[in-house]
Amino acid sequence: MTSKKNEHSCSRREFLSLAAKGAGAVAVVLFSGDLALVSASSAVKGADLAIGGYDPTRHRYIYLVDIDKCIGCGACVRACSHENQVPKHFFRTWVERYEISRSGEVAIDSPDGALEGFEPRATGEDIGKAFFVPKLCNHCSNTPCVQLCPVGASFTSPDGVVLVDQERCIGCSYCVQACPYGSRFIHPETHTASKCTLCYHRLTRGMTTACVQNCPTGARKIGDALALGDEVAEILATRDVRVLKPELHTQPNCNYLGLSKEVR
Amino acid sequence: MHEQGLNFLFPNDFHIMWSLMIALYPYITGLVAGAFIVSSLYHVFGRSELKPVARLSMVASLSFLLVATMPLLAHLGHPERALNIMLTPHFTSAMSAFGMIYGLYLILVLVEIWLIYRVEIIELAARSRGFKRWFFASLALGVYDTSPAAREVDRKAVVVLAGLGIPAACILHGYVGFMFGSVKANAFWSTPLMPIIFLFSAVTSGVAMILILYEILCKTGGRRIDGACVQSLAQWLWLFATVTVTLEVLEIVSLSYEQNEEWLIVGPLIFDKIAFSFIGIQMIFGSLIPFVLLAIVVLMRRYLTDPMRHVIAFVAACILLIQVFSMRWNVVIGGQIFSKSGVGFRESYVPELFGREGIAMALLIFILPFVIMGIFNRFLPLAPNRPEEPGGEDPA
Repeated sequence: MTSKKNEHSCSRREFLSLAAKGAGAVAVVLFSGDLALVSASSAVKGADLAIGGYDPTRHRYIYLVDIDKCIGCGACVRACSHENQVPKHFFRTWVERYEISRSGEVAIDSPDGALEGFEPRATGEDIGKAFFVPKLCNHCSNTPCVQLCPVGASFTSPDGVVLVDQERCIGCSYCVQACPYGSRFIHPETHTASKCTLCYHRLTRGMTTACVQNCPTGARKIGDALALGDEVAEILATRDVRVLKPELHTQPNCNYLGLSKEVR
Repeated sequence: MHEQGLNFLFPNDFHIMWSLMIALYPYITGLVAGAFIVSSLYHVFGRSELKPVARLSMVASLSFLLVATMPLLAHLGHPERALNIMLTPHFTSAMSAFGMIYGLYLILVLVEIWLIYRVEIIELAARSRGFKRWFFASLALGVYDTSPAAREVDRKAVVVLAGLGIPAACILHGYVGFMFGSVKANAFWSTPLMPIIFLFSAVTSGVAMILILYEILCKTGGRRIDGACVQSLAQWLWLFATVTVTLEVLEIVSLSYEQNEEWLIVGPLIFDKIAFSFIGIQMIFGSLIPFVLLAIVVLMRRYLTDPMRHVIAFVAACILLIQVFSMRWNVVIGGQIFSKSGVGFRESYVPELFGREGIAMALLIFILPFVIMGIFNRFLPLAPNRPEEPGGEDPA
């Protein structure tokens, strides 16, 4: 009876010990998940994103649009749409057309994001200047979309690219509201936030983005601020380069040469 | 000066991302906070004339709190991942605070309600048999002390909790307003006034809802409506509604007067695109009419009979509930009607009737708190019937 009792008390002790270990394990799993997320949201460590020898800490991508060179053909929009399987009527990149009359009237359009380019417009007005403005995610250094993602699904990788973890995103659309440039949307099939990734799957394999590769005039350029003698870095250092909505202090990494003040 | 037609939207801006559900969410949390403030006016600030609604307002606050997350769940693209906000919050996000604020507030409200009803629960357990006895005994949580000393401890604890609840309720709803006010990309939302406007309109809606519920419960329960209680609620309602509308107008006047770039889109928004819901419903019907009605109740009290006062206050409260909802609608939907290009409007948003984020779902969610209150009332009365219960005494 005593031995039985001892056995019984021993097994209870074992049970309690096991239960304590189990609870500890659950806490560790939950807590480590939390830590992992916090680290992902602030700055992903190099090892987390290393793909086939690609080290994100050794790159710092900068994007440049030369407005004078853009002819509004829409090749970049088509290339992006095809490369990234962008759903219809949503855009990771698009092109806007500005026509400003001599009397100061501004006409802007972007029919279906310029997926099929632009038809000539017969406005009958005396146009003073006209130009095309390619747009995409500005991969801001001080980006509100990353700041206010409630679960850390939106994050900035060490190479400066703003990305969305599709497995984490809860589809609340807060980031869509927060982006001043209209470059985010909720994917109608995945129900998660979607946006330009700077073709991250290509960059990490040493290729350039689909939009840059398919631009026939070289209006779009991507550079690496950490690479010696980088062409885009040189232009940024020596030319009059502007960003969109600088008053919001989002510190965009998408820069524009020849940006007119009418551009929204 | 360049002229710009208001016809260009960024291509991704054709879609309205935050729907009717996101208008309903701040409306319900506002009712939570507002109802709680009514209860605190009695428990903390000693407004003894509000004793008839002290319990009702606590239970109403809890009932709305229990459904507050539902509109969000109906809206999320991945509701199955919703708990990530609480389990793995990203602390730079205002939205990530939701789990903590909601959780703490829920605990606070539950404990306060338990303390208010504790003596009654014990007595019901003693009087009942079978399942009912077991049920009430479980609710008593093993504490059966109903001595005057224990009741005094309860009373003091209720005062402390109700006191803590005031900043908690303010944070709960101020945070909802902050979620909009901190979006610098949106010219209509981005103002530090937004949390304050949300807060005052929350209290307005809460007081209005309690006034309506109280009168309905008295009528259906065959009890006399307490004139002093309705008079007091009407006075508070007049005060909070006046402050709310003043702040709402001030925000627009400031934007207009500063003549910043934002006004180029916000002006046409409120005077054209949402003119009916903003100027018509929110400002004239929703604000002006209740202001006059409540002014009659407050300023001409000695000339009013009780039934007249009750009817006028009831009508004003109903209109104010519509006003507050229209404010939520105008902020949430109005703030998305224009593109972030700042020079273009979407087509007006009309919510679907059925579907996850439709009108039927919104009605279902909004009805649920009343069902919860009805069920609660079957077990524990919403009306005060015991002068010596802790929640029923005037604070010292």
